[in-house]
Amino acid sequence: MTASASARPLPATVGHGISERLSKKASRHVKERIIEAVLFAAAAFSVFVTVAIVYVLVKESWVFFQTVPLTDFLFDTQWTPLFDDAHYGIMVLLSGTLTSSAVALLVAIPLGTIIALYLSEFAGFKVREIAKPFLELLGGVPTIVYGYFALTFLTPILQKIYPDLPGFNLLSAGLVMGIMIIPYVASLSEDAMRAVPMALREGSYAMGATRLQTALWVVTPAATSGIASAYILGISRAVGETMILAVAAGMQPNLTFNPTEPGATITSYIVQVALGDLPHGSIGYQTIFAAGLTLLLMTLAFNLLGYWLRKRFREVY
Amino acid sequence: MLQATDLNAIRAIITRAKRWDLFFSILGVLSLMVGVLTFTVLFVDMAIQGVPRLTLDFFTSFPSRRAANAGILSAWVGTVLVMLVTALSAVPLGVAAGVYLEEYAPKNWMTDIIEINISNLAGIPSIVYGLLALGLFVYYFGFGQSILSAGLTLALLILPVIIVATRESIRAIPQSIHEGSYACGATTWQTVSDHILPYSSAGILTGVIIGMARAIGETAPIITIGALTFIAFLPNAPFAGDPPAGLFDWILAPFTVMPIQMFNWTSRPEAEFQINAAAAGFVLVFMTLAMNGLAIYLRYQLRKNIKW
Repeated sequence: MTASASARPLPATVGHGISERLSKKASRHVKERIIEAVLFAAAAFSVFVTVAIVYVLVKESWVFFQTVPLTDFLFDTQWTPLFDDAHYGIMVLLSGTLTSSAVALLVAIPLGTIIALYLSEFAGFKVREIAKPFLELLGGVPTIVYGYFALTFLTPILQKIYPDLPGFNLLSAGLVMGIMIIPYVASLSEDAMRAVPMALREGSYAMGATRLQTALWVVTPAATSGIASAYILGISRAVGETMILAVAAGMQPNLTFNPTEPGATITSYIVQVALGDLPHGSIGYQTIFAAGLTLLLMTLAFNLLGYWLRKRFREVY
Repeated sequence: MLQATDLNAIRAIITRAKRWDLFFSILGVLSLMVGVLTFTVLFVDMAIQGVPRLTLDFFTSFPSRRAANAGILSAWVGTVLVMLVTALSAVPLGVAAGVYLEEYAPKNWMTDIIEINISNLAGIPSIVYGLLALGLFVYYFGFGQSILSAGLTLALLILPVIIVATRESIRAIPQSIHEGSYACGATTWQTVSDHILPYSSAGILTGVIIGMARAIGETAPIITIGALTFIAFLPNAPFAGDPPAGLFDWILAPFTVMPIQMFNWTSRPEAEFQINAAAAGFVLVFMTLAMNGLAIYLRYQLRKNIKW
């Protein structure tokens, strides 16, 4: 190699060309820099989106809180922003959100966890290969379709069991919402369980433990942080779900924790206002931003809780 | 020495433990069945109600006050146009961001912020994106309640999905491909455009399809920007009409989309409109299922065929 190189020295022009092409000012370096800057801008755009969300919500809410004191917003027990005698008690909407979310999570968390444990520890390869894509399909159904299902199918069935149930109620909406959330909880929990090293399971089986004992006392504790994230995601989905509640729960504000009553949630109130014709800049228009800010703060709180849980319970192998 | 009674006790423990195993297996299958059954009932119920309405007229008629004459022409055309805007804005942006984070990003606080931010964006409820769009696109930028506003809103919503899919399919490419390319003297961009993007394109496509399937069904953010529900006309086609419409006039036209049309029909008390809602819902579910199914199939093929 060195011999042949010294035997045929490179022509001077080629040598000059190489050093020029390798210099930092060469056009290909400039082009690289420009491309990198463009790609960076695309990545940084996501930060801009977050800033824009916070800015828009805070700006409109700020005007809202100039008219409505924060204490009224937090402690008033009526929500009648569009009436002459206007009250702005977010508790009314919050109670709807919490009640429907509680019903949904009572369905989604147990079923989702059992499905995850079953798929990760019990089911054979074939069952898992069929069930996982199916769960994905279940999660891909548009929520408006779930809302239609809750209103026209589940509510009439529930009314046969419990005749006093009104046509719009939080129970039916919450149950269907729970079914909608199962795939998220199950799929993320299963990922966490499958990430537990095989050696732990083998150790457990070697001690004579059964599958169930291994699943409950070895795999679950080791996957706690991942399972907790799955639950947190489920909660965020439930709190932010809109169309199922707008269709099936009625949109009357109602301070109640009884799921068999109709009720409005933060999200369905926003839909209700958006369907009407509120002038830009009116107090009614601003209420939806205040409601949206409340929603954003709630999901942010859950996300932070998720980070903390992941840090606190993370097992490193 | 093991006594016979001990042996029997151990046998009893084993039998009991195995019984619990069996019990849990059955519980697992039953739980799965809850999901399967709900989905089947939902699909079949909607098919029974809606399929008889699915005539050619249903696809070529505008919404109407009389349920029997109403159709989804403006809705499906609106959906197609909105999806076009969404795809054209979200795909380049999402892929570029994914490529930057995998191939360029230095390990520093700025990269950390971007990464944390993207996972946070994925957790923000869709209706909050609707409020952002209402404040920003509709009023601040003055796009109004148009196809452009709706398309951009949904683009922001599915951006995290596309970024994550891009990153995952890039990460699946072995390091040796990078090293080989760099060893031949390629620049970072040459490596990305000649190797990384072509090899990850199928994976990215899967993510894009899943994101688009989600965008098609999203209702809340589009209602929030104030989309009208009764649209009995189509946006101007380029160069049609008199005076001729411009090439991009349709982008600022008012519109409706499939899920909003379905919501509109669902919230009416008359039973005839519920049947229309079922028919529209069937079309909607069919579209999302087809797209998700295609994505799952693509991923399956990908896993089967690629052996690095």
